[in-house]
Amino acid sequence: MTEPTVWIRVCTLKDLEPDAGVCALVEGEQVAIFYLPRIDQVYAISNFDPFSGANVLARGLTGSLGGEPVVASPIYKQHFSLKTGRCLEDGQVAVPTYPVRIVHDWVEVGVSK
Amino acid sequence: MQRKKLVVIGNGMVGHHFIEALVQSPCRNEFELVVFGEEPRPAYDRVHLTSYFATRNPNDLALTNLDFYRSHQVTLYLGERVIEIDRSRKTVYSQHGRAESYDLLVLATGSYPFVPPIPGHDRPACLVYRTLEDLEAIIAEAAISRRGVVIGGGLLGLEAAKALMDLGLETHVVEFAPRLMAVQLDEEGGAMLRRKVEALGLIVHASKNTQAIAEGSFYRHRLEFADGDCLEADLVVFSAGIRPRDELARKAGLEVGPRGGIVVDDCLRTSDPEIYAIGECALWNNQIFGLVAPGYHMAKVLVGHLNGQTTYFAGADLSTKLKLMGVEVGAIGDSHGRTPGARDFVYKNECSGIYKRLIVSSDGQKLLGAVLVGDTEPYDALLQYYRSGLDLPQQPESLILPALHGKSGGLGPDALPASATICSCHNVSKERILELIDQGVEALADIKATTRASTGCGGCAGLLKSVVEAELKKRGVQVKKDLCEHFPYSRQELYHIIRTEEIHTFDELLTKHGQGLGCDVCKPAVASILASYWNEYVLSDRHFKLQDTNDFRLANMQKDGTYSVVPRIPGGEITPDKLIILGEVAKKYGLYTKITGAQRIDLFGARLEQLPLIWKDLVEAGFESGHAYAKALRTVKSCVGSTWCRYGVQDSVGLAILLENRYKGLRAPHKIKMAVSGCTRECAEAQGKDVGVIATDKGWNLYVCGNGGMKPRHADLFATDLDTDTLIQYIDRFLMFYVRTADRLQRTAVWLENLEGGLEYLREVIIEDKLGICAELEQQMQRIIASYECEWKKTLENEEILRKRFRFFVNSDATDDNVVFVTERGQIRPATLEEKKRLKEIPLELEAAS
Ligand code: SRM
Ligand SMILES: Cc1cc2nc3c(=O)[nH]c(=O)nc-3n(C[C@H](O)[C@H](O)[C@H](O)COP(=O)(O)OP(=O)(O)OC[C@H]3O[C@@H](n4cnc5c(N)ncnc54)[C@H](O)[C@@H]3O)c2cc1C
Ligand code: SF4
Ligand code: FES
Repeated sequence: MTEPTVWIRVCTLKDLEPDAGVCALVEGEQVAIFYLPRIDQVYAISNFDPFSGANVLARGLTGSLGGEPVVASPIYKQHFSLKTGRCLEDGQVAVPTYPVRIVHDWVEVGVSK
Repeated sequence: MQRKKLVVIGNGMVGHHFIEALVQSPCRNEFELVVFGEEPRPAYDRVHLTSYFATRNPNDLALTNLDFYRSHQVTLYLGERVIEIDRSRKTVYSQHGRAESYDLLVLATGSYPFVPPIPGHDRPACLVYRTLEDLEAIIAEAAISRRGVVIGGGLLGLEAAKALMDLGLETHVVEFAPRLMAVQLDEEGGAMLRRKVEALGLIVHASKNTQAIAEGSFYRHRLEFADGDCLEADLVVFSAGIRPRDELARKAGLEVGPRGGIVVDDCLRTSDPEIYAIGECALWNNQIFGLVAPGYHMAKVLVGHLNGQTTYFAGADLSTKLKLMGVEVGAIGDSHGRTPGARDFVYKNECSGIYKRLIVSSDGQKLLGAVLVGDTEPYDALLQYYRSGLDLPQQPESLILPALHGKSGGLGPDALPASATICSCHNVSKERILELIDQGVEALADIKATTRASTGCGGCAGLLKSVVEAELKKRGVQVKKDLCEHFPYSRQELYHIIRTEEIHTFDELLTKHGQGLGCDVCKPAVASILASYWNEYVLSDRHFKLQDTNDFRLANMQKDGTYSVVPRIPGGEITPDKLIILGEVAKKYGLYTKITGAQRIDLFGARLEQLPLIWKDLVEAGFESGHAYAKALRTVKSCVGSTWCRYGVQDSVGLAILLENRYKGLRAPHKIKMAVSGCTRECAEAQGKDVGVIATDKGWNLYVCGNGGMKPRHADLFATDLDTDTLIQYIDRFLMFYVRTADRLQRTAVWLENLEGGLEYLREVIIEDKLGICAELEQQMQRIIASYECEWKKTLENEEILRKRFRFFVNSDATDDNVVFVTERGQIRPATLEEKKRLKEIPLELEAAS
């Protein structure tokens, strides 16, 4: 059972990059936050790319594949679902996702305590 | 003539398909048409309902609109359920009290999700999955739920489960049968599917009979099973099968089947000759068809019947192929092998989770059925063997065995008989497609629009594409190359659209000519086209988000997420002072330095937040961006030439610098490299470049379309003994023509190899101006050259960009602690994984002590 979530303010909506990512440091973890204005969504996944072992996902190109919002890893170009963290090319691999919400222009990331 | 009134109840997929076909048929004018639909909107694509979770835009699913009904003079009452059929008065009554008389009545009421009548089934947040409104309810409840459970592990149940997972819920599936998708899959197939979906995080409970839903202790509900187990969850979705909506028919005294469904004959007529039923509500030959293709087929047959044709409905097969939670699943015909005497071929690979089974007739000649899990590649071919009754090949197993020697046993599109059905939803045969191609309809999009093929369930899309492509290839027509799923155009076509419609941004192009959000293929490709046409600053608000990772930060990302910095050194010529500055900058920021293979110096190991600092120093010292990160001109290599070399006949360094400064910043479909050699000894390797120049005693020889790299190609001699002005004029034209017409990521060598007419044609275009475009090409090049700015210089002037894009964390000044260097041969290099682990284990004091 997952414990209740604590919401942590990381930045304002204006600090986000439309159609691209930024990286936030949340309780010592690197969280990549993506803002997709075309579908009015903000997503948060881990910044760590399991294929290259580098912290780079926030710097990938965003887009959609078959309706699924994705980011392409900048190193070896695998796509990760922004909703589920799953790798589209390799069903065995997924990166953690984080709850994220906008409260009065603040971007808040949820962590389980 | 008195028009007859035809009333349709139900505006779902099949009801709408019927109207669409009817209004285009000859008997259209014999009828006044009235349609009742209970849902608030006109027919939409229920098959792809799940995609609504991603788009949240009902219009993406629309199959039609109110205008269509208006312009065809069909009266459409939406949000209005019919509650009674009075057969003696030949009138139907709606929930709002409307009475509508009819001469002919068509029932297309579809089906409803079956909810087992167990205690607690009507508790709050116990939902179904059939309409857009159902999905809205699921989204709303999911937002306040942690765990969801789907009752029913069939096709729809798994789709619903996927949706719950995507909504972020811990998701369980409860199935009554001992395996998933029991209707379509055999035991092994079901087991393989289970392993695959479990690996994705779905929790499966098979052989569980839910008897009641009660108040939960930890979650909102508790499901109680017959075996005494229980499971708690906040949200329940029932997906325990469908039941035909026959309540109206039943009340009106029409014949219905013992387990539901309005009984129809081969003409889709019910027990009342003036009433018809089509789609999921109809029971034909004791069968209900829960798929859209048979429903569409019924609609067509009925329209034929109304037009006086003798067409009959003769059943349909329920083969399916789908991708469930990323797992490919397919079932054809008798997938359980129940035909007497049937024999089996089985391929199973537990490592990659693949299971394939063929069921063949006792003589091994015909395909009776198939099950595919984990790999549906053979589906299209198998379906054709099944449907067309073709004789199987000598070794049927070749159809499901992995291709070990690059040769698959599949049935190529060529081998299909003309009568083969390609799209069963819209009943399109191969013959029909060939006919269209004969008439000159060649684009896949046009063939789809004309025949509707692949616009139903979408299952035939792959086959349709391969049939069209194979046919075009046979006729020597070049096959269309769509850039990606977001744009049905090639790069060249997009270039043309951008130019003629004067489009300046990706968003405008996507809205007008594309779909979805774009991707890492089309965004950089379009960015490149926009840049080579308008040459606007690549990091401006409208363009930055299209740039590939490297262009976005104007540096090359390395394996550990740090960057390399490559300042431009035109022609490879550099003063001692500038060399020293490069050394000083490298030292100041602790960078690794190396001479590159293209006569310049690369500084590695720069952190994101260091890039502006490094470039500030470099720009102050007079360096410019080297565009090593861009699909653009890279370098113009030179040899030392006549200035120093005893054999040199022209100033190759001077020309190389001139060319590099002229074309720097020019964005192109791929990178462009050049070189200039001072004599025929060719020390600059100009014949291995996209543009190569070799000095002669009368001027310059121009070579084009060479490259090194993976597949080296010697450049072709294009023109000889040119003076410098003519040389530049030809290069201007050549580069711009390449930029306009090449495919994405196609270097000049491959471009030329694909150019019809080859080198000769290229000469005609560039030297003889056969297309009359040379003046325009030169002007365009002139514009690009005139608007050149060093991107790094411009970026350093923009505080906002520096602050936002060159900071590692949006909320902290910390830096990436996963970047670790060790030293080797006196310089830094990224630590290996082992080294990182070891460094972490050694406490800092110890390290200092040793
Ligand atoms: C740094 C450098 C190696 C070096 O240390 O010398 C280099 C490094 C890379 N090359 Fe190269 N190539 C470098 C000179 C070359 C040369 C030599 C030359 O330019 O004379 C060639 C062969 C000539 C040619 O291109 O025709 C070369 C042929 C390639 C190719 C194959 C291209 C092809 O058409 O087959 C690739 C792959 C690609 O571009 O798709 C590539 C790709 C790459 C990439 C981008 C690989 C990658 O995706 O990370 C490397 C990244 C550079 C970086 O991060 O800075 N590199 N590469 C050289 C940089 C030159 C410069 O100053 O800009
Ligand atoms: C999530 C999901 C996924 C599916 N995936 C596939 C697939 O991959 N492949 C496939 O082939 N099929 C699939 N199907 C099945 C497919 O959607 C149906 O076969 C198809 O919609 C049937 O069309 P229909 O017109 O008979 O019924 P419907 O589309 O259900 O239309 C019936 C309409 O009649 C209305 N109606 C009913 N009674 C009345 C009344 N008394 N008065 C007025 N209006 C009334 C209903 O509200 C409804 O709008 C899927 C279905 C769902 C729900
Ligand atoms: S040859 Fe391969 S390893 Fe070497 S720089 Fe080029 S791409 Fe990188
Ligand atoms: S078979 Fe369903 S769209 Fe062609």
